[in-house]
Amino acid sequence: MKEKLHQLKLKYQGKKMAPAFNALHTFLYMPNETTHSGAHVRAADDLKRTMNTVIMALVPCLLFGMFNAGYQHYSAINGFPENFSLFDHFLTWENFLVGITTVLPLVIVSYGVGLAIEFLFAVIKGHEVEEGYLVTGMLVPLIIPVDTPLWMLAIAVAFGVVIGKEVFGGTGMNILNPALTIRAFLFFAYPTWMSGDKVWVHEGVQRAGTADAISGETVLGSLAQGSDYAYSLSDMFYGFIPGSVGETSTLLIVLGGLFLIFSKIASWRIMLSAVVGALAMGLIFNGIVDAGWLPEYSKFYTLMSFPYWQHLLVGGLAFGIVFMATDPVTGSQTNKGKWYYGFFIGFLSVMIRVFNPGYPEGVFLAILLMNVFAPTIDHYVVKGNIKKRLKRFKTATIYPKASDEVDSLKTETA
Amino acid sequence: MALLSKKDANLIKDPLADNNPITIQVLGICSALAITAELKASVVMAISVLFVLGVGNVVISLIRNMIPSKIRIIVQLVVVASLVIIVDQVLKAFAYELSKTLSVFVGLIITNCIIMGRFEAFALGNGPWRSFLDGIGNALGYGVILVIVGFFRELLGSGTLFGIKVLGDPVTKTGLYSIGYENNGFMIIPPAALIVVGIIIWVQRSRNRALIEEA
Repeated sequence: MKEKLHQLKLKYQGKKMAPAFNALHTFLYMPNETTHSGAHVRAADDLKRTMNTVIMALVPCLLFGMFNAGYQHYSAINGFPENFSLFDHFLTWENFLVGITTVLPLVIVSYGVGLAIEFLFAVIKGHEVEEGYLVTGMLVPLIIPVDTPLWMLAIAVAFGVVIGKEVFGGTGMNILNPALTIRAFLFFAYPTWMSGDKVWVHEGVQRAGTADAISGETVLGSLAQGSDYAYSLSDMFYGFIPGSVGETSTLLIVLGGLFLIFSKIASWRIMLSAVVGALAMGLIFNGIVDAGWLPEYSKFYTLMSFPYWQHLLVGGLAFGIVFMATDPVTGSQTNKGKWYYGFFIGFLSVMIRVFNPGYPEGVFLAILLMNVFAPTIDHYVVKGNIKKRLKRFKTATIYPKASDEVDSLKTETA
Repeated sequence: MALLSKKDANLIKDPLADNNPITIQVLGICSALAITAELKASVVMAISVLFVLGVGNVVISLIRNMIPSKIRIIVQLVVVASLVIIVDQVLKAFAYELSKTLSVFVGLIITNCIIMGRFEAFALGNGPWRSFLDGIGNALGYGVILVIVGFFRELLGSGTLFGIKVLGDPVTKTGLYSIGYENNGFMIIPPAALIVVGIIIWVQRSRNRALIEEA
């Protein structure tokens, strides 16, 4: 089989469909060709390995999201169970069945449409299919509500991949994170399907207005309306709350994040500074409330008085920090720049979350904004470094003293 | 085109395609973003600019030898401003609703870069007939893009064309809406125009590779 595929590749080399074939071929087997000249680094972590590592970190979130889809659906109908037990109420086949019938189609559409476009562009442009979409395709279903209509998702994915990535030159050249571009497109194009208290529960929109109407408001949604929420701190941490498919479980996101840090795929600098940024903004808001500068009738009061560290447990903040902000292509490249980049992502996320009048979440907007600023940050970091070294050079004493002899030696050797 | 010599015909043909004021010269983008959410507004805007640029180019061309070059910009502005006021008053008199939609953007034709650009680059150096053709050509080139953008934005964003519900009624769920289709709210907001114009630029340049600028 392996040998046959290698022969096939040689036979069709240079043909129009060759990139499409090669993509599947290298996905299954290691290529049998090596570079012949020059020095090169041999390493196991090629782009495919990198992408697969991230997908592995995402799988727990995906599975949890499937169970949670069912759990939220049945809890909205029958009420939340009183003595919650993980195995009796959460990890059940019933829940999984709901999850797999709602979430799996999202995954399939996301990959189907996205990869089809990638293959199309590779064949038209005649380059190899790039692996960038492998992660994007997995991220997208995790950051949208369970009942997002599939045709909307398909349009959004097509938009995100073409306008967000391919027009800039494909994987590695994009300015904006494609997954978040897709999310932003959905948000601005179909806001009724992306916000409110119906979309987070399976069948919520379908049943609206009937006697069987069900709803599940997110924690942030309740806070934005100034009302209370019924979820405990541990619910928020473990993720038994309504929200986008894969973003609810902070525990599993943290585990995924640790895995990415130890495998050195994602930058811990960005994650850490983003957490610090979010805490800083939360503390400022808490401080304003504690100082009594904000009257209680203000519509920002409940969101601003939300304890600062709990911002990390609700909404998409944790998911965004771990899996989106650390995208190596769209983030800052310099180590110092990563600190600024991450800090502002956390800082702005919480700020937008509190002040956004239409929708109490701002992680995707904050990350997209910082994606745009990342090159500028890097530019100033590099410039600052040059300045520092020039200064050091000017104040340094140089031994031995420059003499005419140096120049004569140079001309001799030249 | 027996009416026009080949050279004159090119004055109209070029701006329509290979020297389009919006997609090639990238002028007049602001109004293209602002008023193209509806097809009707796009068409009225296109006609207004057609009038202002056509007449303005002739006027400037006629007095081109009398304008001291130091104050030519002011003279040009006076000419555009008078023409724009005429357009504005006509719209207010005969299409009041529409003039409210276009609001400030009719007045802002004065600052439309295409108009000043054509005065400076063409009318000041050419006779009235050729200037007239050039003005018409450029205004048509501008109008074509406006209408294309307006067509897609209104069709996808509101499901209508010239206000007629071509895709069915979103409230009573007829036509396309009965199978779950929904209007794309993104197309209503101005950034969408930027993306549609971008796609037009992309298509145009991949069809005629000579237009691609060197990086």
